[in-house]
Amino acid sequence: MKIHEYQARELFQSAGIPVPRGELCRTPEEVKKVATGIGKPVVIKSQILVAGRGKAGGIKPASDPSEAYEVSKNLLGATIKGIKVTSVLVVEAVKPQKELYLGFTVDRARRKIALIASGEGGIDLEELARSKPDKIFRREIDPVMGLHGFEARDAAVEIGLAGKTASDFVSICQKMYSIFERVDADLLESNPLAIGGETGSLVALDSRITVDDNAIFRHPEYQQVDEELTPLEREATAAGLAYVQLDGDIGIIGNGAGLVMATLDVVAHFGGRPANFLDMGGGSKADDVYKAVKICLEQENLKSVFLNVLGGITKCDEVANGLVRALKESSNKVPFVVRMVGTNEEEGRRILAESGIAYLDSMEEAAEATVRISKQ
Amino acid sequence: MTILVGEETKLVVQGITGREGQTHTLAMLKYGTNVVAGVTPGKSGEKVDRVPVYDSVRRAKSSHPEINASIIFVPAQFAADAVYEAIDSGIDLIVEITEHVPVHDSIKFINYARGRRVTIIGPNCPGLISPSESKVGIMPGHIFSKGQVGMVSRSGTLTYEIAWVLTKAGLGQSTAVGIGGDPIIGRDVLEIVDMFEKDPGTSSIVAIGEIGGDAEERLAQKVKRDGLKKPMVAFIAGREAPPGKRMGHAGAIISMGAGTAKSKIDALESAGVKVAVLPSEIPSLIRSSGK
Repeated sequence: MKIHEYQARELFQSAGIPVPRGELCRTPEEVKKVATGIGKPVVIKSQILVAGRGKAGGIKPASDPSEAYEVSKNLLGATIKGIKVTSVLVVEAVKPQKELYLGFTVDRARRKIALIASGEGGIDLEELARSKPDKIFRREIDPVMGLHGFEARDAAVEIGLAGKTASDFVSICQKMYSIFERVDADLLESNPLAIGGETGSLVALDSRITVDDNAIFRHPEYQQVDEELTPLEREATAAGLAYVQLDGDIGIIGNGAGLVMATLDVVAHFGGRPANFLDMGGGSKADDVYKAVKICLEQENLKSVFLNVLGGITKCDEVANGLVRALKESSNKVPFVVRMVGTNEEEGRRILAESGIAYLDSMEEAAEATVRISKQ
Repeated sequence: MTILVGEETKLVVQGITGREGQTHTLAMLKYGTNVVAGVTPGKSGEKVDRVPVYDSVRRAKSSHPEINASIIFVPAQFAADAVYEAIDSGIDLIVEITEHVPVHDSIKFINYARGRRVTIIGPNCPGLISPSESKVGIMPGHIFSKGQVGMVSRSGTLTYEIAWVLTKAGLGQSTAVGIGGDPIIGRDVLEIVDMFEKDPGTSSIVAIGEIGGDAEERLAQKVKRDGLKKPMVAFIAGREAPPGKRMGHAGAIISMGAGTAKSKIDALESAGVKVAVLPSEIPSLIRSSGK
């Protein structure tokens, strides 16, 4: 779960990491007031949770309070990458002497925390990794031990820092690591972390944090609706289903993420275009199946739907009952192909047969049939 | 022979009196797994079928010193505590079924376990099965059959699908290991493939991967570097997955262009590993690759 830049900035600030002066604003009047208070050129940053907001026009400079007022008047209420801007962060524009990168993330392969630092920040880390991999310093941190001082000092030295800048960097590094742990982040970075202004001290010009979805129960203040989800995806998420909307015309429902992914692949292999990914999860009851079918059918322009269930802890009779009920209530008469095997298979099939719903044994045959029907 | 679990497995079930714990304890007993004890704090003296329940793993272990494996069904908030309890009680195989465990919890207990030479499988996994010997997990046992194919997979139901295809084709399994769908897991596909390579009861390997992370790419590199003693067939799910979207599993996400099915398939094929496009191709690919 991405959190807003202003929230990340607040965490940085309360941990004692220097950030540029500034404030969150919701009206152009507030923006003007804050810009006046700063008394220097400012940067106005839209608080929306999408990648690439700068390139999309969501970040604008302003040289004085009245320009800040005009710029924010255009930004507030505007729609950027499909998301409405309702607040902006107004911060002092700092001219960096040099831009660094500092971040922490979870290293899947090594099962450690990765400290990543570079003397050449300000550009996308992936871009930097491609163009100048030797400019990236990487250190594995043992999560049980936490970050040692020497590890942070190594990073400072290796990216070319010395003197007070190096010791400030070490202190920021330790503060960032403690935030990383405290908020259950799976990514925390400052890019750029700048050697700034006249004084040459370090300041975090940008702050980005992603909180682990599974740990959000420990940080309810960061629970927010993912603004990049479609309305149907939001509805499905609220119903506890794993759902991703796609642009094809064949609805796909199944149990278990891997099986549903494979179902999409098999349907595409036979020339079909999946309209969604919908995983009901393991052990679904009739009610869950009912909800899943209902949500799947809400998507427009479906030509056919493939329900693929391999019953382990999911019971076929529960699936059949949920499906029959949902189809009875639905006005959408799109044809269904059901593949259902496993636990309580006979009972499930009896229920389907009574309602005149056909079923198949093999996932591949069923996928082919679904594609054929979608093209009729 | 099998890997990790077999006839010698003596199991304790942590969270045995919960709904999932009870259901799967009964299913494991029915399969023939040697479930010797269960743990739920405050429930000592109760029984689940014939299995005695204890207040702590320590108590279970002192009454049943033969316990050598644990399966954990406790809710995500308490999962880490249960893992530490098992590690500190001297159990050397821990199967963490629970889904939605915070990644900072799992990364810590996995590193703690490593330092003590304890094997963790999961979290967010279906467990393991050595057909007709021991089932330490939630998979439907009847789909599997005894044989010599070693299976390793990040996904539950997809494992069942492929096990079923294998069983119908007369290819039984030595052990099937569901390593879990989270980004951080105790044992990854490389480590399990390594165990199958050393297991005399395994003659071929089926590795089932999916989008996200780079475990399959690293496996391919390893195969390129060290070679393989046994034939291996791979299947990768998620060719149709769009970037940036989490496909059900916490770990199944293509981020910043990395972790696509294509990158995994290309890496494996360039290392000489056969990658099946459809599950039904797997049996013939195994047979044609020798043994």
